[in-house]
Amino acid sequence: MTEPPAAFAAELVGVSKRFGPVLANDGIDLAVARGEVHAVVGENGAGKSTLMSILYGLHRPDAGHVLRAGRRVRLRSPADAIRHGLGMVHQRFRLFPGLTVAENIVIGAEPVRGGRLDHTAAHRAVTALADRYGLRADPSALVGDLPVGVRQRVEILRALYRQAEVLILDEPTAVLTPGEADRLFEVLRTVAATGVAILLVTHKLTEVLAASDQVTVLRQGRVTGRFTTAGTDAGELVHAMIGRSLTPPAPRRARPPEGDPALDVRDLTVRDADGVARLSGVSFTVRPGEIVGIAGVAGSGQRELIDSVTGLRGGTDGVLLDGTPVRPGRDPRVAYIPEDRHGRATAPDMSLAENLLMGGQRTLATRFGLPRAAVRSRGRELVERFAINTASVDLPIAALSGGNAQKAVLARELTRPSRVIVAEEPTQGVDVGVRERVHALLIAARDQGAAVLLQSSELAELRELADRILVLFEGRTVAEFGPDAAEAELGQAMTGVRG
Amino acid sequence: MNILEWSFLSGVLTATAPVLLAALGGLICQVAGVFNIALEGQLLWGAFTAVVVSDLTGSAWAGVAGAAVATLLFAGLLSAAAVSLRADPIVVAVGLNLLALGLTAFLMRQIFGSGGTYTSPDLAGLPTLAELGLDVPVLGPQSPLVPVALLLVVAAAWWLGRTRSGLRARGVGQHAEAAAAVGLRVGGYRHGVTLAAGVLCGLAGAQLALGNVTLFSEGMSAGRGWIAVVAVMLSGVRPYRLLLACLLFGIAEAVGFRLQGAGLPQQAADAAPYVITLVALVLAAVAGRRRRENA
Repeated sequence: MTEPPAAFAAELVGVSKRFGPVLANDGIDLAVARGEVHAVVGENGAGKSTLMSILYGLHRPDAGHVLRAGRRVRLRSPADAIRHGLGMVHQRFRLFPGLTVAENIVIGAEPVRGGRLDHTAAHRAVTALADRYGLRADPSALVGDLPVGVRQRVEILRALYRQAEVLILDEPTAVLTPGEADRLFEVLRTVAATGVAILLVTHKLTEVLAASDQVTVLRQGRVTGRFTTAGTDAGELVHAMIGRSLTPPAPRRARPPEGDPALDVRDLTVRDADGVARLSGVSFTVRPGEIVGIAGVAGSGQRELIDSVTGLRGGTDGVLLDGTPVRPGRDPRVAYIPEDRHGRATAPDMSLAENLLMGGQRTLATRFGLPRAAVRSRGRELVERFAINTASVDLPIAALSGGNAQKAVLARELTRPSRVIVAEEPTQGVDVGVRERVHALLIAARDQGAAVLLQSSELAELRELADRILVLFEGRTVAEFGPDAAEAELGQAMTGVRG
Repeated sequence: MNILEWSFLSGVLTATAPVLLAALGGLICQVAGVFNIALEGQLLWGAFTAVVVSDLTGSAWAGVAGAAVATLLFAGLLSAAAVSLRADPIVVAVGLNLLALGLTAFLMRQIFGSGGTYTSPDLAGLPTLAELGLDVPVLGPQSPLVPVALLLVVAAAWWLGRTRSGLRARGVGQHAEAAAAVGLRVGGYRHGVTLAAGVLCGLAGAQLALGNVTLFSEGMSAGRGWIAVVAVMLSGVRPYRLLLACLLFGIAEAVGFRLQGAGLPQQAADAAPYVITLVALVLAAVAGRRRRENA
């Protein structure tokens, strides 16, 4: 071998990339060694994804270059990247739902015998890889039928099948349950132990600390910190990420919530199209000035509960708002922060100003129409008030980063004259800075007398914010905890273990 | 009675073949994610060019080859606009369908000197298999393009399931971004299937104008390209189901033809295959949804 043994598996040298007025990457140096798990952290919009896209040949840098095993490489497409031993597991999986696991893995480098696909060889290769790395997946299963955790394994297996020596994972745990995430980290360790260099892009500090060897922190397109994981802590990383320390959470208010329930759910049962009960006899109340958390593993009835409370499932006598039944089709008395940011929460192609107005258009409408100037100025006012980072209120909201889009959704919903707030995974996919801001907004709303129903898959969030936590399991409320419940207790209740 | 049944089956195959060839083109486009609704226009263009070349050369096979090449070029308009320039394929296809209708009517007057219907002793039709020495029931009175169409169904199934390019084309159709991410050239596959569909539509047009009959008349595709589009959607992109869907249309047309002989007004007989196909489409869609809901 001519290469020096000390060469890094992959190295980005002085990489800069500009998108219009935004300098997404500004002279970034990043090096990852063989067998190392290297975390790349930063807030939304810090430039992590752009940097990884450059390394995978999806974007070309304006300046700087990429070294692979010490040699300079030109990456003009993912095909180039694959040829140079780079593999990527995308945040939104790049899988073919209608093809089998084996087909998904071998596509692009299929074993062929006598002019036809060699399915047997493909299955054998997949099984061998799966055994070697402990990534179990049935080669003949259709990918569309698999749970997300297994789909991700298929993506990893594909990269390994293509003999990736540098594996990039973009926010790999965003779609995983805590158990699956732990399992993924074990797998990454196994893979790294075989000499593969792993780049783990994330904004979850717990993961960084649990899974990585080295950390590079980005902020606004620049490197603001390089750490050895063993020698750092969350505080230091946060400081490098957001340029300041987090303010400690507001002390829990001593005064108990008071008054009649603003939200009263009584013996609510919801059946799906096949008549199967998705919610059975759920009852609880939320009083003004109270945050009630909903915990549960995905698919325990959260969706049905939230759709009932907001009126999206139609009117029902099982949900009372200030004593009267919920009205069908998005009851205006409920402010709703949906999980699905570009499906339910926003109209992605419409402007930020328009998205900020939606639902409140009657307040600005005149007899003849909706004055655009008024829509814009209201938009600008909310942008200012909620510190939404955007070049203009006329940009389509899809052009904003996830955290800023989420702030816009909160701005719209929290300025509604609604006493009940339903927040669904309000900090999913946003960085620590925005998360802190979202939490502060929800607490402020509570202190002003709102009744908040908070559904979250993140137990830390529920324990931090909620006054009470209800656990849903198979469509029933199986337990209720105070905010100081241990995660283990909650986890047991979520999986149906009776305590 | 036996003769009658054989001839009925033969009529079914005759009616099926052009639709089937065009539908195979639509199917491979659908596989790779190109929603090709320009089949009608390409079928008509293929029929016209087949007749022109056959008339000029006096050779039916030259007509077939000419139609294949001319329709390939015609499909090039679709692939250039929809794949390279990323125009909306539906809009482009609508334009091409209208272009084919107008252009064939115009060129017909320029080349043959009159509109309406053109036929001539110089115009060579395709020989039947019987004439070529293969005198078997059902297939005997057919042009060689009919068994070719049936074999292409098998070939399409084999290509999709058994070959590397078939797998890759399916991948391109299912998730173009994912295909690009594993290093496949999405545009290349889409150009390929669109152009191949052009060739198939050219063959379909040649079969229609030189096999089923030996003439060209304005608008003679008469909705067969649309039936092919419907068959593709009905097939769930599976070649054997596509064959069934096209056979359904062929049966309906053959029945309509018989009924016309039995005194049914011609307009009703002409409409029958479309009505029957439409009803079957709706029933199949309803049944499909039931199945999915029960699953």
